[in-house]
Amino acid sequence: MSKDAVTFTIDGVEVKAKPDQTIMEAADAAGIYIPRLCYHKDLLPGGHCRVCTVRVNGRPANACTFPVNSGIVVENDTEELKALRRDIIEMLFVEGNHYCPSCEASGKCELQAMAYRLELLTPQMPYAWPKRELDATHPDVYLDRDRCILCGRCVRASVQLDGKRVFGFENRGAQKRIAVDSATGMGDTDLSAKDRAASICPTGCLTIKRQGYLTPVGKRPYDKVPIGSDIEKKQAAG
Amino acid sequence: MAKTATQGKRKITINPVTRVEGHGKVTLHLDDAGHIEQARFHIIEFRGFERFVQGRFYWEAPTIVQRLCGICPVSHHLAASKAMDVIVGADKITPTAEKMRRLMHYGQTFQSHAMHFYHLCSPDLLFGFDAPVEKRNVIAVIEAAPETATHAVLMRKYGQEIIKATCGKKVHGTGSIPGGMNKNLSIEERDVFLKDIDTMLEWSVEALNLCKKITLEKKDFLLAFGAFDSNHVGIVREDGCLDLYDGKLRAKAADGAIIFDQVAPADYLDYIAEEVRPWSYMKFPFIRSLGKEKGWYRVGPLARINICDYIDTPIAEKERQEFMALGGGKPINASMAYHWARMIELVHSAEKIKELLNDSDLQGDKLVTSGKRRNRGVAWIEAPRGTLFHHYEVNDRDQITLANLIVSTTNNNEAMNRVVQVVAKQYLEGKEITEGLLNHIEVGIRAYDPCLSCATHALGQMRLHVQLVGADGAVLDEKYRG
Repeated sequence: MSKDAVTFTIDGVEVKAKPDQTIMEAADAAGIYIPRLCYHKDLLPGGHCRVCTVRVNGRPANACTFPVNSGIVVENDTEELKALRRDIIEMLFVEGNHYCPSCEASGKCELQAMAYRLELLTPQMPYAWPKRELDATHPDVYLDRDRCILCGRCVRASVQLDGKRVFGFENRGAQKRIAVDSATGMGDTDLSAKDRAASICPTGCLTIKRQGYLTPVGKRPYDKVPIGSDIEKKQAAG
Repeated sequence: MAKTATQGKRKITINPVTRVEGHGKVTLHLDDAGHIEQARFHIIEFRGFERFVQGRFYWEAPTIVQRLCGICPVSHHLAASKAMDVIVGADKITPTAEKMRRLMHYGQTFQSHAMHFYHLCSPDLLFGFDAPVEKRNVIAVIEAAPETATHAVLMRKYGQEIIKATCGKKVHGTGSIPGGMNKNLSIEERDVFLKDIDTMLEWSVEALNLCKKITLEKKDFLLAFGAFDSNHVGIVREDGCLDLYDGKLRAKAADGAIIFDQVAPADYLDYIAEEVRPWSYMKFPFIRSLGKEKGWYRVGPLARINICDYIDTPIAEKERQEFMALGGGKPINASMAYHWARMIELVHSAEKIKELLNDSDLQGDKLVTSGKRRNRGVAWIEAPRGTLFHHYEVNDRDQITLANLIVSTTNNNEAMNRVVQVVAKQYLEGKEITEGLLNHIEVGIRAYDPCLSCATHALGQMRLHVQLVGADGAVLDEKYRG
């Protein structure tokens, strides 16, 4: 760490960071896991999901967008924040149609894994049962909006990593939905299955076709370890 | 138990039928003199899976449709996978994939048959059909024969562990995929099963011997109980050998005459049709060439042993010959012979598991294959309860547009209605109806090991409600159980 490094604390643990880092980046580097869904290390932060909400000097802030500063006091792993994050995950579950038992993303789905990590047993809020369209028009990729959590990873990846504009949002509020750059469906966009956008979805919404269930139960990413274990392992090793 | 009215027409309802899987009810209509006018086995659940999968992707089907049952999901998992093999053009899957699937299937059959015999049926066979209700359950079996009951639990566990090792989970795994499997069996996994397989085989033979002893001791009573002639349908290998995983369809008449043979899955609609009756959610399949009246048939262990020419494992084959000698080589048409036939298959499954565990193909790494993509896939498998048909049509976007499932219990629908009618006439007609007599009807149904949750799918009420209804429709007496 250079001499112009900043020092702050997360849950009382001293963390050193580069001045241009966000709290999320500094925490990751220090092996401290802050739960997140819309964040992806290869993308600019979106700040959509608010799962990474922490308290900075007592005030709520997105860890994925908030820059580090010397002396700030960050609260992350607290019962209050865990409960708030669990509420967000619960709302994402009930406002979509998430059928985990037969979903091919089961075991690698970040939404499901987050629910397990945050100990969301069963939703208390009423299900919204929205009617959403499935787009199967692309030969190699499908878009199952039932599973969309509006994280915007595909929107950002298409622009920032693929140099395309395949995805975007349309409508607002409860009607907000993921849209593609064609009135006739994803099959008429320039999306390729090789695009980063095609495989960056945290759930089973945007999925490469004909790959389902290839990984046996027991070997899927979150079968045996909770989401975030890879980051926390760094701390254990360090 | 409800009192019997001596005057007027009556309707008696058994709801639900107990010690079967799923929820069903029986209604009996009696005339003024107490004669059975009508006896029906109703499936009160509703199944929606043929509709649920429409629009879903073909590779999801094996994982989605197995959820219509928690008892033998493996059968649906494999039948759907086999249909999807056709869709992806995998006309011959790799030896490792096929043997892994077979191991899964024999593990499933092994645990299902053991559970059915010991947990569901042995109370009737050991204590009597009209034994006190508090005695007709698995707890009483545990008290009376703790060692046998322990074997029952451990046999079921062994089969479930095989399912987990091949499928990923004991219930609703994902091991079988279009064109093959997603895992093989490691040496470590194999050795765990090899250690106990001889014991499992020995206990299977014990179960068979127990069933045989009970049947032969009360041969005149048991083989006449709920007996009626029927056609028999199932799949056999090309050489006529019993094969629970794959083969062609064969139908035999009650006298053993071949009705059709070596029918390929894709042609099933040319040979089998389904009738809808307004009082049941479950359809009534029949052999098309014989029509609705004469074309109904039995499936399951009894039908399979009746239609096959031989079994390719030594102990089961010897037992098959002894069993078939009961009918002089012709099909056995006794409902209660299902138990004996089921135990022969239990032994066969254990023998097959042993054979497979000693096959190094299970450790192979070629797991998936594919070929020319198709839009229609039909497959079948011999589920523990009988032949299971899966038919799918898939569009060019990989979405399922049509699904038709004829499940084992549906194939036995008419036969189960017949057993209700026959037993009602044999034992209930003109008598004061007691709870023990009503259990006779359930004993007849249980012989078929119906899985009503497979045949349909919805919620039921876990209680028994018997009503006596007068000719004017008034409830004369009623009783609840549970």
